Amino acid sequence: MTLTPQERMKIPRHPLPAQPPELRVQCFAEVALGYDEQTAREEAMRCLQCKRPYCVDGCPVAIDIPGFLKEIVAGNIDVAAAIIKKTNSLPSICGRVCPQETQCEERCVLAKKGQPVAIGALERFVADYDRRYRLTKPEVTVKASGKKIAVVGSGPAGLTAAGTLAQMGHAVTIFEALHEPGGVLVYGIPEFRLPKEIVREEVSSLLDLGVEFNLNVLVGRTLTIDELFAAGYSAVFLAPGAGVPQFMGIPGENLNGVSSANEFLTRVNLMKAFLFPEYDTPVYCGKHVAVIGGGNTAMDAARTAKRLGPEKVYIVYRRSEKEMPARREEIEHAKEEGIEFMCLTAPVAYHSNSRGWVEEMECIRMELSEPDESGRRRPVPVPNSNFRVPVDTVIVAIGAKTNDLIVKTTGGLTVAKKGYLLVDPETQMTTRPGIFAGGDIAGGEATVIAAMGQGRVAAHSIHRYVLERG
Amino acid sequence: MAKILEKKELAPRTHYLRVHAPVIATHARPGQFVIIRLHEKGERIPLTIADSDSSVGSITLIVQEIGGTTKQIALLRTGDDIRDVLGPLGAPSEIENFGTVVLLGGGFGIAAIHPIAKALRQAGNTIISIVGARTKHLLIMEREMQAVSHEFVVMTDDGSYGRMGLVIEPLREMIEQGRAIHRVVAIGPLPMMRAVAELTRPHGIPTVVSLNPVMVDGTGMCGGCRVTVGEHTKFACVDGPEFDAHLVNFDELAARSRMYREFEELHVCRIEERLQQHEVPQGVAGQ
Ligand SMILES: Cc1cc2nc3c(=O)[nH]c(=O)nc-3n(C[C@H](O)[C@H](O)[C@H](O)COP(=O)(O)OP(=O)(O)OC[C@H]3O[C@@H](n4cnc5c(N)ncnc54)[C@H](O)[C@@H]3O)c2cc1C
Ligand code: FES
Repeated sequence: MTLTPQERMKIPRHPLPAQPPELRVQCFAEVALGYDEQTAREEAMRCLQCKRPYCVDGCPVAIDIPGFLKEIVAGNIDVAAAIIKKTNSLPSICGRVCPQETQCEERCVLAKKGQPVAIGALERFVADYDRRYRLTKPEVTVKASGKKIAVVGSGPAGLTAAGTLAQMGHAVTIFEALHEPGGVLVYGIPEFRLPKEIVREEVSSLLDLGVEFNLNVLVGRTLTIDELFAAGYSAVFLAPGAGVPQFMGIPGENLNGVSSANEFLTRVNLMKAFLFPEYDTPVYCGKHVAVIGGGNTAMDAARTAKRLGPEKVYIVYRRSEKEMPARREEIEHAKEEGIEFMCLTAPVAYHSNSRGWVEEMECIRMELSEPDESGRRRPVPVPNSNFRVPVDTVIVAIGAKTNDLIVKTTGGLTVAKKGYLLVDPETQMTTRPGIFAGGDIAGGEATVIAAMGQGRVAAHSIHRYVLERG
Repeated sequence: MAKILEKKELAPRTHYLRVHAPVIATHARPGQFVIIRLHEKGERIPLTIADSDSSVGSITLIVQEIGGTTKQIALLRTGDDIRDVLGPLGAPSEIENFGTVVLLGGGFGIAAIHPIAKALRQAGNTIISIVGARTKHLLIMEREMQAVSHEFVVMTDDGSYGRMGLVIEPLREMIEQGRAIHRVVAIGPLPMMRAVAELTRPHGIPTVVSLNPVMVDGTGMCGGCRVTVGEHTKFACVDGPEFDAHLVNFDELAARSRMYREFEELHVCRIEERLQQHEVPQGVAGQ
């Protein structure tokens, strides 16, 4: 069936079905439900197949978007999957967590009318279909190179680099500090947004490619990079993320009841504290929860808290909702779930009861002034606007910084601003030959897709590097 | 998986485990610790590396039964596996020739003080050790401590062995007698470490304590282990666990250590229930 552009433009965007809010806040099952085949096809038909597809420019890994959408319409989901996987090895993850509204979908010509093609939802559809029917399967088609490559960290950057290198015939070992691979995908992003089953499948497909996982190894303490080279690894890819939680440094931040989003989310996601006492790890969540921040981490923490049964959950954010860096869908989902937004508000202190537990959050109102270096309008406090809110739980989600353990224990690396590793953006090589880095440790977007993209670039330059050196 | 090569009870509710962990054994230095997780449903808890033997690839852990996980450890036997062992973690102790060092170990803190005493002795220090327990049969590692000490004092709260009183008493006397003390290292219950800090502060004796706050990952990723030292918030798992005792905010530390206590009690109840029903998770109780 061929439609004219006019006919295509008449089809309204298909919303992504989701579990009703009142049900989903009672469990950790995935919220967004995904398209069925028919809906996917109708949605894909909306694509105008532009000669000059701007959406591709918006994709950090330049997926041939019109190409895969066309195959969905033609019913060739396997071909669509193969097209996506040419540049994106984790599409079922990216289809769920990418900020499409600031990437591909923002550039879609239909976005001007506020109705871009639902590229993210369609990517997810293809990837899930591919997983369910096992249409594409990564395999090693070249002969073994005889080279050993070490990958530090098993987040999206590490997983992608490992998969790419393994397919090029190298023997890859991933060294991961935690007991489960996946990085933020397993300890940070909650089950209801990204089922862990998907991450486990990605890991198992790497195992099929011969990638070895060496868990419970903190590089810099258990082993150093120099020891890895001495053990015969020809190159090292550093992908340890930027996992150190930041605090604001305001009075009362170390009171009981105040924790970082990383701690809160790790307890719940990685350690399954929502199943305590069947699982041994507990998590504290009181009746009035304030989550500080406006990014994905803040939304995840707030929505996770909501599922643990408090009376009120607030998001406290110093700018206005428009500036929130979280994905639009998460903000909408959070609101639907009854999370209260306190925007243009910043905490200035936490006050405790006599037992050392947080009891009240003291806030100040903010207003927006000139844009700062991030291009967002800078929030400034409104004098004498302090007010207090009763809270017994505070979750701080204002961002993360890098861990300097590897830099301190490895010679020859150079740190750029904010602790990020300095890398050549063409190759992802650090200032020490043979050591490459990517993902959150190398700065940049702090998104899954950017981490993955850098992992892929690094894999290709590692391949060239080890072959050149014979 | 890490196999338990040897397990025995050192004192009631205090267990000795020698665990196969060859890479950790070759890298461990005094003052460092591991994070373990017993089984699929287990929590991650920190345990001090009390000793390591790189020739056989083993590390020694001394565990006191306090909470849910340590009670499960009590049930393990030689030959059982521990699902995850991560380490060595934390910054190693500062080991150099300071001169005369007084080491105080309280309760199962003695296990943590021992490797530090040994290393300080090797570095040429004069070692004065003061170890204490509530009562005689709870005292652990007496022989090992004596072997690395030039001077050795045992204290028990009830006077059933050694001198009666707290470990801080002999230290107070030594300071009063004007003995030259160049450094003090204290590891034990919070009130003991705090009392030592208060005692040495006016005399300006550099004093180090090893803190054991709540931890989750042990890699600097969660901030659950944060402590206030001087003006700064530090993460005990990466910046510590040893800190300048005179700068530690003990009030905050004491409050924070209570944060998960209620859960812990619930946890213990639940574990005991499990034990009664003989439904202990796999890998925890023998075969
Ligand atoms: C709660 C939360 C929600 C997010 N939501 C989104 C989203 O919706 N969309 C999006 O695009 N992005 C999101 N992000 C950001 C995204 O997850 C990160 O940008 C991405 O995971 C970075 O990938 P990475 O591979 O660099 O590192 P990470 O995913 O951080 O993985 C690093 C891994 O390295 C390990 N490691 C660290 N140090 C060592 C060491 N010394 N030795 C061995 N192993 C080590 C860590 O344990 C970890 O497993 C979110 C982040 C968080 C925290
Ligand atoms: S235990 Fe998580 S940061 Fe120290």
